[in-house]
Amino acid sequence: MVVVVTRANRFLALLFFALSGVGHAAVLPEDRTDVLYHSYDGGGIQINGPSILVRKGDEKSFSVFANYYADNITSASIDVQVSGASQYTENRNEYTLGVDYLHDKTTISFAHTTSLENDFDAGSSHFSISQDMFGDLTTISLGYSQGDDIIRTSTDPTFEENADRKNYRVGITQVLTKDLLAQFSHETITDEGFLNNPYRSVRYIDDSGATPYLDASFAPEIYPNTRTSSANAIRMRYYLPYRAAIHFEYRVFNDTWGIDATIMELGYTHPFGDRWIMDLRYRLYEQTAADFYSDLFPFANSQNFMARDKELSTYTDSTIGAGISYEFIKNGWNFIDKGSVNFNIDHIQFDYDDFRDARETDSLGIDAGTESLYSFSANVIRFFVSIWY
Amino acid sequence: MRTFITLLSIFVLSGCAVEPWVKPYERQNLADPIMKFSRDGVSDSYMHHVYQAREGARGAEGGTGGGCGCN
Repeated sequence: MVVVVTRANRFLALLFFALSGVGHAAVLPEDRTDVLYHSYDGGGIQINGPSILVRKGDEKSFSVFANYYADNITSASIDVQVSGASQYTENRNEYTLGVDYLHDKTTISFAHTTSLENDFDAGSSHFSISQDMFGDLTTISLGYSQGDDIIRTSTDPTFEENADRKNYRVGITQVLTKDLLAQFSHETITDEGFLNNPYRSVRYIDDSGATPYLDASFAPEIYPNTRTSSANAIRMRYYLPYRAAIHFEYRVFNDTWGIDATIMELGYTHPFGDRWIMDLRYRLYEQTAADFYSDLFPFANSQNFMARDKELSTYTDSTIGAGISYEFIKNGWNFIDKGSVNFNIDHIQFDYDDFRDARETDSLGIDAGTESLYSFSANVIRFFVSIWY
Repeated sequence: MRTFITLLSIFVLSGCAVEPWVKPYERQNLADPIMKFSRDGVSDSYMHHVYQAREGARGAEGGTGGGCGCN
């Protein structure tokens, strides 16, 4: 059973190869291997697993890579509890193969990603081209991705739906001064097909009088079968008068479902000696609800489209995070040029403005629509070892 | 989108008109690893994944370099 993870599947594969050539496109990516352990714990959901990347090139024209990523999920989220289901576990495995080709100041990249789980398969292909120009002060990149999802359910073996996705990206990275980098990026994404979660429900007022309080009944969500979104971002990175850097990001988003969002992030990077690098960051996210979202609809089938996915509601989330990196084998050993061990932790607080804790209707015996607004926090850990060769 | 294209056009055209104002020998700070927009692509991609699974917004999350999220 999937409540949250399907959304992740839809986008991760396409995201993994988002804007290409940012920074120094006329250089092939470094030969390196990363072994990462990730953990997410919040809102009744625990997800952990590995991500392993191996990349090797000929140091002239080609660089190939392979990535394996897995999510091991245990969930008793509020959505699971409200639906009356019990805690579930499942696994997702994702495989990516890709190649980069460098010619003069142009980098061309292809990749393909496959994601598999018991009730959701996703495949996506990615192409990008980037070009350094103007004395290597400017890098322009263009990208296109196409993804196909197959959605099933564990409760109905006859259920099978599809969704298609296309991503169009453009980006510019610009050297502004000897201490300042800027990056602009734009991405338009179009979706078509079955776009909602087959397990999630909307709730509507049930005035049958079966309970002494105003109760609610549930019905499957109904989404439009198309969605187009647009996102624009600016990022700056500045080298301070001493050896440290600050970065800033501002991103705006809107889509044809009526969601508007803004994202702001500030960060500080500070090395200690030759081997240690510390990162501190703060991120703020705000969004408005989709036009067809409601926590509690007035009656069954009250609209053509109806959603109660809390990711489509009005809410904010804020993140405070820190990371530390230690470089070892700095002068090389055998075939290894250098290595690093890294630890990052992020604490995220989610506060919903129009998504209520529907568990309280029955547990506290209060009217539907008067429950407390839902909020939760999550801790995200990344621990990884990298070697360059 | 219109504003973005206008800015993009100005950006590109201005680049055509001027000499590179930061010489190669002045790029020592820019070449420092702490100035990378993404030092560790696999790690950054995972955080994008965490947010995308729980937020309505998507796209333009920023490149992780090299066209693969791995640079």
